[in-house]
Amino acid sequence: MEDNFRVPMPHQDPDVRNKNFSEVALGYTAEMAIKEAKRCLNCKHKPCMKGCPVMVKIPEFIALVADGKFEEAYKVIAETSTLPAVCGRVCPQEKQCEKYCVRGIKGEPVSIGRLERFVADWHIKNGKNEIKSIEKNGKKVAIIGSGPAGLTCAGDLAKLGYDVTVFEALHTAGGVLMYGIPEFRLPKTIVQTEIDNLTKMGVKIETNMVIGKVLSVDELLEKEGFDAAFIGTGAGLPSFMNIEGENLNGVYSANEFLTRINLLKAYKFPEYDTPIYIGKNVAVVGGGNVAMDAVRCAVRLGAENVYLVYRRSEEEMPARLEEVAHAKEEGIEFKLLTNPIKIHGEDGWVKKLECVRMELKEKDEKGRRQVAPIENSEFMIDVDSVVMAIGQSPNPLIRNTTPDLETNQRGCFVVNEETCATSKEGVYAGGDAVSGAATVILAMGAGKTAAKSIDEYLKNKE
Amino acid sequence: MYKILRKEILNDTVTLIEVYAPKIAKKAEPGQFIILRVNDQGERVPFTIADFDREKGTVTIIFQIVGGTTMLLNTLNEGDEILDFVGPLGVASHFDDVKNVAVIGGGLGTAIAYPQAKKLNKLGAKVDMITGFRNKDLVIIEDMCKNVCDNLYVMTDDGSNGNKGFVTQKLEELINSGKNYDLVIAIGPLVMMKAVSELTKKYGIKTIVSMNPVMIDGTGMCGGCRITVGGETKFACVDGPDFDGHLVDFDSAILRSKMFKDAENQGREKHSCRMEGFENGR
Repeated sequence: MEDNFRVPMPHQDPDVRNKNFSEVALGYTAEMAIKEAKRCLNCKHKPCMKGCPVMVKIPEFIALVADGKFEEAYKVIAETSTLPAVCGRVCPQEKQCEKYCVRGIKGEPVSIGRLERFVADWHIKNGKNEIKSIEKNGKKVAIIGSGPAGLTCAGDLAKLGYDVTVFEALHTAGGVLMYGIPEFRLPKTIVQTEIDNLTKMGVKIETNMVIGKVLSVDELLEKEGFDAAFIGTGAGLPSFMNIEGENLNGVYSANEFLTRINLLKAYKFPEYDTPIYIGKNVAVVGGGNVAMDAVRCAVRLGAENVYLVYRRSEEEMPARLEEVAHAKEEGIEFKLLTNPIKIHGEDGWVKKLECVRMELKEKDEKGRRQVAPIENSEFMIDVDSVVMAIGQSPNPLIRNTTPDLETNQRGCFVVNEETCATSKEGVYAGGDAVSGAATVILAMGAGKTAAKSIDEYLKNKE
Repeated sequence: MYKILRKEILNDTVTLIEVYAPKIAKKAEPGQFIILRVNDQGERVPFTIADFDREKGTVTIIFQIVGGTTMLLNTLNEGDEILDFVGPLGVASHFDDVKNVAVIGGGLGTAIAYPQAKKLNKLGAKVDMITGFRNKDLVIIEDMCKNVCDNLYVMTDDGSNGNKGFVTQKLEELINSGKNYDLVIAIGPLVMMKAVSELTKKYGIKTIVSMNPVMIDGTGMCGGCRITVGGETKFACVDGPDFDGHLVDFDSAILRSKMFKDAENQGREKHSCRMEGFENGR
């Protein structure tokens, strides 16, 4: 049954791609896309759609792809998604739309993500952006943070006629799409194209604006004339393990490591001025997508040995299966059931990572197996640099300067999940700033919900 | 883009620029810093705010030409623009009930100590300023400092201005002469701040130092600026840059400051080649 298998995605060869920063997955050709689209059974009850946080009309766009009507397919996706070329690349489809695909019962689900990417890329290359003139309603909304949540919220509000300004703390808009996710997984020109589409719709973007410092949320609402605000500031505060030696030279947070590489192009040093030091042996601690991005960057920067150090087993890894597979193909050595306990240094520089072996225990209430250290199992790994990719939490800058915004113990904004409304009137929040570190598409879903709520709030206020 | 309205060469290696950034000028306070990026290939580099003028909408920074970015920055002139300029970042200095204060600036640190002295002077405190330089040719902003303190002591390592000695020697001399400081602010090279902190610890005088490690975003995101204070890891960008000098682990801060030394040298070579290119082109 040929139909049980998806059309394979062409990739750069692992031995070639682990030496460059170009995109790994090359994308379907039109022929491949049509063939894959024809696998869609066009189920009446559309199970795939319930797996999509932004409710893309999946069977509808796939049917158009099958007919070779790519631009029409793009329009269907664009009705509900602000960033299709991004989602087609970085969404965990296996846990969302594709998880519910009926094709997946007997074989492989339809490659919805790959088709979305194909359609979005086709549009960027061949399509026309018709900028419909939108009648302005004269109301101003401030969006704080230009990551996936903020951009989605901005796009939806602009379509409804709002005067939208996005404030970004860094010098480039895009948030984690620019500073976090590497070029080889999400080319920055793609992200920029999606952002340019928003500015063409009239969305204003102000970079170098740290809200909480240069302006507070209250000032935006009271002095700068904004009628409502959305906070999508992400989870930008890096966690460390709090073990000895973590402040040695050569120890990075994943945020610092990835920002140097992705946002500041340290992989092009000295053409670009920002340096990065990795040495020959690199250990990345963690098991999520950020850890996978970090190991794969390290190998591309020319490290001879790159280790992924994770305290649980592969089964418990939060990273996408595809990312794990890619990392392995690129020569990353997985050191599983291994937990760092101390970093040893010499003259202020990292030399060795002392680890202890772990064993799996019972499942916790969330169903994830716990681990415990095995006595007297300590051992050393020779390393020149260590990257801590063990999670991030929300940045306190806005929380600390807006006392009437309720946050929880983890520092996340408390919102009504249905509406994204915070404890402060006219202020909405979504994405990692609310959930803690999660995915691009969940952030986009929250941005969408918030846009709808802001629209309702401002209409009722009249 | 952020326009340079004024440029002043303070000595062979130190330059002052006044940049038009009205939103930052409106909020800036002593002790805070900005991060700039000169051009699209540029690094993000933090500079402590040396002065600000809310009415003119300007922020002044004073920099020493040490690496690629500062070399590049120094090639810009009045009317030229800086691509990115973001701030005010960090926590503003707080001076509650300070009556007698010694403000110490080492080399370029004098430029950062200046706004603190200015503010304390304005708040009515008695301010002694001690500034230290290697020799008299390197002395900067002497007149500016004079205007914001009761006594200014300019020290040189080689005695070429007639006042030989380190800032710590002058400070100890003043303490022993009966000056009753309730606060010492020390800003300058790490070794200087360490020496001042060790001295004041002996005398039990509260001491604030300003840390300026390598950082990227300046908002708590990268964690590159972490330092050890009182046994805990702190981020200089959001927890500082002011810290209790008696609690800062200067030795680890000194080691961390060497992290990108090699790259700094490369950056310097790259930008000096570029500048030679300019010279030859003329």
